[in-house]
Amino acid sequence: MIASLPRPLWLRASTVVYGVAFFAFLFLPLLIVAVFAFNDAPYPAPPWRGFTLDWFLGHDGSGRTGLFADSAMLGSLWTSVIVACWVTLLSVLVGTANAFLIERTQFHGKQALSLLMLAPLVIPGVILGISILAFASRIANLADDLWGLELEFLRPGLPLVVLGQFSYIVSIATLTITARLKRFDVTLEEAAYNLGASRAAVLWTITLPYLKPALIGSAAISFLMSFENFNTTLMLVGSDSPLTVMMYGRMREGATPVLNAVSLLLMVASAVLALTMMRGPKAGEPDHAN
Amino acid sequence: MKTQARLMLLLLLAPALLWLIGLIVLPHVELSILSLRARVAPRVYEPSLAQFRTFYEEPLYWHTFMRTALMSILATGITLLMAFPIAWTIAKLVRGKSKSMLFVMCLIPFWVSETVRTLGWMILLRESGVLPAFLVWLGVTPAPVEMLYHDATILVGLVYTSMLFMVIPLISALESLDDSLIEAAYDLGGNGWSILRQIVIPHAAPGIVAGCIVVFMLTLGNYLTPTLLGGKNSQWFTEQIYTQFITRFNWEQGAAFGFLLLGLSTAIVWAGLRLSGQKFGEVMQRS
Repeated sequence: MIASLPRPLWLRASTVVYGVAFFAFLFLPLLIVAVFAFNDAPYPAPPWRGFTLDWFLGHDGSGRTGLFADSAMLGSLWTSVIVACWVTLLSVLVGTANAFLIERTQFHGKQALSLLMLAPLVIPGVILGISILAFASRIANLADDLWGLELEFLRPGLPLVVLGQFSYIVSIATLTITARLKRFDVTLEEAAYNLGASRAAVLWTITLPYLKPALIGSAAISFLMSFENFNTTLMLVGSDSPLTVMMYGRMREGATPVLNAVSLLLMVASAVLALTMMRGPKAGEPDHAN
Repeated sequence: MKTQARLMLLLLLAPALLWLIGLIVLPHVELSILSLRARVAPRVYEPSLAQFRTFYEEPLYWHTFMRTALMSILATGITLLMAFPIAWTIAKLVRGKSKSMLFVMCLIPFWVSETVRTLGWMILLRESGVLPAFLVWLGVTPAPVEMLYHDATILVGLVYTSMLFMVIPLISALESLDDSLIEAAYDLGGNGWSILRQIVIPHAAPGIVAGCIVVFMLTLGNYLTPTLLGGKNSQWFTEQIYTQFITRFNWEQGAAFGFLLLGLSTAIVWAGLRLSGQKFGEVMQRS
């Protein structure tokens, strides 16, 4: 029942109890991951054996390789950052173009095209991965057979990972940017044209600044989604693994608390990103498009 | 001006078409070609339904397929039941600062990757983990019990992973419900149950369906959570696809499995939309 109606005590109490239980469920796994990054034991498991920073700072000499000496882990972290930057750049650029296409142009089949743009959101990530893998290798084989050309970038590896993640993240970017462009008051642009502004000037001084919150928001979402992506990435990955794939491999082998350390680092980084986003200009209403 | 407008249109169309045709349509065409051919000799193929026959004749594949579908439906249902009270609390009961704080608290866990969250569950639940140790300490069990590798564990992981995608559409659907409608219903003698059934659920249906579709989709296509929390017995269909494609290099079979999974998810999404009378485009824009 809503706040303005009388609620019996048991209902109010159970709301609170349920709320506490729900948020405990949400935060318990994260809390556990964070705590065991500091446990002085070779496995992230109880009992608690005292506080240590070995899993961050340990180096080869101490018998424990901490995160900052684990070059494979740091390498995969860097790989993820690079992939995410490319995916973000491509998604925001193409997403913006798509938003203008949907909102500002008229052509045959626009309805169908904008529906097709949503399709990647309901294709399981694994299938996006294998279909792109199969298609890319078909082209690569064709090029090899016909012209003896070895198109290395079409074989499993980072370029394919970027394309695979881009193929559905751009749908989300498109939704976010379109939603904002839809609310734009076109008379502002018309006024600028009447006052003699050029197309480029109008775009640069009026439309894009208005879109800025959505552009920043979709960039942040794209970056995070790329960083988190596992299903599509797993199918397309070559010799350089992004962080999620690397972590998955280690988790199957039986993890050391280095994984907890890197997880904690990710939590802190994403918390900082989230806070800066929320503290940012209030104009960017939370776009719930993720 | 006309040619300029046409040029603009072409410039804007080009990236969209490149993306949709190059990364979505043609790859799926390729996948369907793969799934419908069989290798008869090295580099010689002929059209065939052999892959689908294998699926049909091999009980393991069937079993995994049905199991994946049923567990996904179950996980979606549980997620809905767990998310609804929280969404209701955030949308209707709390106000002001605590409202936005609770909302942000729902978001935070999903800013970190699924790998991290799954790691948390593994540390909590495995035999040497936190929860079994806690149960021994409480005296509930004499020795630590293995809590990983059960179906229930997989469900917990799946529900956890997809919670956000249910909570957000539910909140936005419930927020748009006018409080005075509920007050009126109450004044007219409705009780909690009848108000829920006759006013709240019909109003929130688009949000409920949006959440369910996204959660179902993500669960069905999930690979990480079932394999890590379910171990060797997880029997998840995406795992079969991965095995065929990457481990056995049997792309034809993997492509057929991929299509079966795609068919299943499409069919269920379609059925969900039909049942609730929603439109795909509108639902996706809400989620």
